Amino acid sequence: MTNIETAAPQLADLIKGYSADYIEARLEESQRSYITYRGKELESIGQATATGGNIRALVRGGWGFASFNEVGDLPAKVELAVKQATLVGREESKLAPVEPIVDTVPAAHNPTIKPLAEKKQLLDEYNELIWRTPKLQTSVIAYGDSHKKVIFLSSAGSHIVQERSDISLRLSAVAAGDGEVQQASLSVGSAGDFKAISGLHQQVERTAKHALELLSAPQVKGGEYTVVLDPVLAGVFTHEAFGHLSESDFVYENERLRQIMVLGKKFGGEKLNIIDSAAVPQLRGSYKYDDEGVPAVKTYLIREGKLVGRLHSRETAARMGEKPTGNARAINYRYPPIVRMTNTYIEPGEASFEDIIADIKEGVYAKNWFGGTTAMEMFTFSAGEAYMIRNGRVAEALRPVVLSGNVFTTLNNIDAIGNDLEMNQGGGCGKGEQMPLPVSNGSPHIRIRKCLVGGR
Amino acid sequence: MEDILAQAKKVAEEAEVFMVSSEETPVQFEANRLKRIQGKQNTGVALRIIKEGRIGYASTTDPTDTTRLVANATETAQFGVKARFELPQKARYPKIDIFDPDTESIRVEKMIELGEELIALVTRHTPDIICEAMVAKDIITLRLLNSGGGEASYKKSIFSLSMWGSLIRGTDMLFVGESQSSCHPLTKPREIADVVIKQLELAKNRASVPSGKLPVILTPRGVASAIIPSLMVAFNGKIVLEGASPIGNKLGKNVFDPRLSLWDDPTIAYRPNSRPCDDEGVPSQRTPLIEEGKVANFLYDLQTAALAHTRSTGNGNRNGGLPTPSPTTLVIAPGKTSLDEMLSDIKEGLIIEQLMGAEQGNILGGDFSGNVLLGYKVERGKIVGRVKDTMVSGNIYQVLKEVAAIGSKPEWVGGFVHTPPIYCPSLSVASK
Repeated sequence: MTNIETAAPQLADLIKGYSADYIEARLEESQRSYITYRGKELESIGQATATGGNIRALVRGGWGFASFNEVGDLPAKVELAVKQATLVGREESKLAPVEPIVDTVPAAHNPTIKPLAEKKQLLDEYNELIWRTPKLQTSVIAYGDSHKKVIFLSSAGSHIVQERSDISLRLSAVAAGDGEVQQASLSVGSAGDFKAISGLHQQVERTAKHALELLSAPQVKGGEYTVVLDPVLAGVFTHEAFGHLSESDFVYENERLRQIMVLGKKFGGEKLNIIDSAAVPQLRGSYKYDDEGVPAVKTYLIREGKLVGRLHSRETAARMGEKPTGNARAINYRYPPIVRMTNTYIEPGEASFEDIIADIKEGVYAKNWFGGTTAMEMFTFSAGEAYMIRNGRVAEALRPVVLSGNVFTTLNNIDAIGNDLEMNQGGGCGKGEQMPLPVSNGSPHIRIRKCLVGGR
Repeated sequence: MEDILAQAKKVAEEAEVFMVSSEETPVQFEANRLKRIQGKQNTGVALRIIKEGRIGYASTTDPTDTTRLVANATETAQFGVKARFELPQKARYPKIDIFDPDTESIRVEKMIELGEELIALVTRHTPDIICEAMVAKDIITLRLLNSGGGEASYKKSIFSLSMWGSLIRGTDMLFVGESQSSCHPLTKPREIADVVIKQLELAKNRASVPSGKLPVILTPRGVASAIIPSLMVAFNGKIVLEGASPIGNKLGKNVFDPRLSLWDDPTIAYRPNSRPCDDEGVPSQRTPLIEEGKVANFLYDLQTAALAHTRSTGNGNRNGGLPTPSPTTLVIAPGKTSLDEMLSDIKEGLIIEQLMGAEQGNILGGDFSGNVLLGYKVERGKIVGRVKDTMVSGNIYQVLKEVAAIGSKPEWVGGFVHTPPIYCPSLSVASK
């Protein structure tokens, strides 16, 4: 068994001795446990441990990356990364300068050391509640927790030991009748605090009941509607609709996109402010340093409707002549860090929920998260719950809806922002092959005019 | 591995050790040029035990960490599900070719050349396109041992060639792309480039369609993005067992159009998902799922099959956890209608290459609803231009009950799905 703590000093010396423009290494030890239920029965329960690391080298603008589980023969691994980088490099290396940092950041919680019996006890309670609902066909519960220790070393002298914990829980209830199948879900999570997912009995019960209600709910007629999003779904919307476009690895080498995403460009109304911040403590996307050893900061992406910032790695920041924001993240040691969101949210405004729906004659109130995806300009996101709004009141329940928008018009169509910001800790973000990455997103209630809703 | 098995047998009635290691080399291009080369060495060992009749499970990346692995599995076994199956004994496996030494020996310099050629072909056609590309090889070694004397091992090579391009004009963005994989080296970038160039050609003009019901052709890629996610769920033995599959009680019944046949096939030579046995050591077989419109079979692993009083179809897959039923390579049988014949039947409609977000709806119920990421308007039998800001919705049980036609020319989508185009007489379209 190799201990990453004992390998670190040797590796730190090693990467200083090579002729590359920059070399960094990450060594990682992690534990994870998971419990899943399908229907009334537990489906699987397991524990996993992993040890691994990687070396990333930069030579004349080209990157080499070697990852491994076997933490031995480190010189050969550094050599491989440098050799690969040399094969790629054909220009000048550019990295935004950061001060070398030596620090140790412990995690506030370690959910993996909690006895499995206690975790199972809570899930048993939730599953029992779900199954009190009549006509349920099945249910799915997926619980996972993790704790990892990452040692980051750079040829510039950084030596950061950082621990992170994560918990995610998703519960789905599936109801069936007359050849119809409908489901309702609840997703929650935390940065390792088990209490955050305890005591949700009422919400779990409501989720199960909603699956049943959906069986008799009609499907919305497809078309354009005034749509009100609850904080959970508005958070997903923020992430999909704008968050991804602000990841500057999409932008930095794309001249056309740089022209479109020029700072100062108007995307929304004056009341719209969008922020990404890993520096907010104790959320799923929170950390002190990113996976390039850059300190986390609070970044305004949109301020008063205008584009004012974007998310950077050291390389994208240098190539765009902007400041690094500490957004380079990797899901684990097998991957190089790429530009990612952390905790992304719309700042609260002044409107109450009643104000927001008061003057809507016919609209859709979409709640709760089901999924979302983006292709930069166009995006879709789907609601777990939906209701018609008629004459200023929430009316009949609808089948879950998929909403779609275009970043250049939809943000501009937000015409009311609520005063009730909530952060959603469920779910995770995927980009490339790296998923799910712990993130959170949030918003108050928002109203969007002319939003495209798919339907019958 | 033998040591882990021996240690596990001391604490449990039955045990199974599964080990997979891989050497992966992805060569990545960004903004039309070489950006990053990676070398990834991965090792994983999983231990499944049956102790007092219950399943325990643990995994590690360190094969020498036997004590902790066995202890972790033992702890989980207290709460594990009751094992209903027996681990397979020594079996004869079909011989399936999944390793090509040319893939293992291809040099990284050659992979760089392939990527550069691919990008050059596409940028020659459209100079202002920004391409990302990946050329990757992966050599996988797998070995399985169990206390019942079962033993399996194989070596597989996978090569993949992919590219995505974005073309931005004003605030209009177009995304094109194609990806293929095989156990052989893919050394003809032209084939990928031609697909992308065709997409660029068809998307040159813009068009719009009215909201309402329209005839829609799903191309092979369109079928993969709109139809396949729901089918994968519906034929999963586990979903069937718990009664959540809409076709779970329709075995042998006509549910789909009689022209439709679908099967799962891990025995096709040199396909990335092919293999002599599944991740539990059950021999691979071709499993018909839809035979001329009738529901023929569902996909099973050992435990699910035992609970359903049937046999495993060799679809036990591990994805970092316990085996669970999942498809390998899905094949839809071709029909008789050419794409031109389908097109000429349409006065006003759509042909869809990719539906974004289709898998986010109620796929359990067969619903799909997505934004047309890449699709074109068809007018009087001709493709006239790309549509945007358009949503298409349907339900696969309605759509596949009576299709207008099934295409005669199947294609590989990403290396895992082999399907012809499918022509749907009427889907719901919402547009701006």
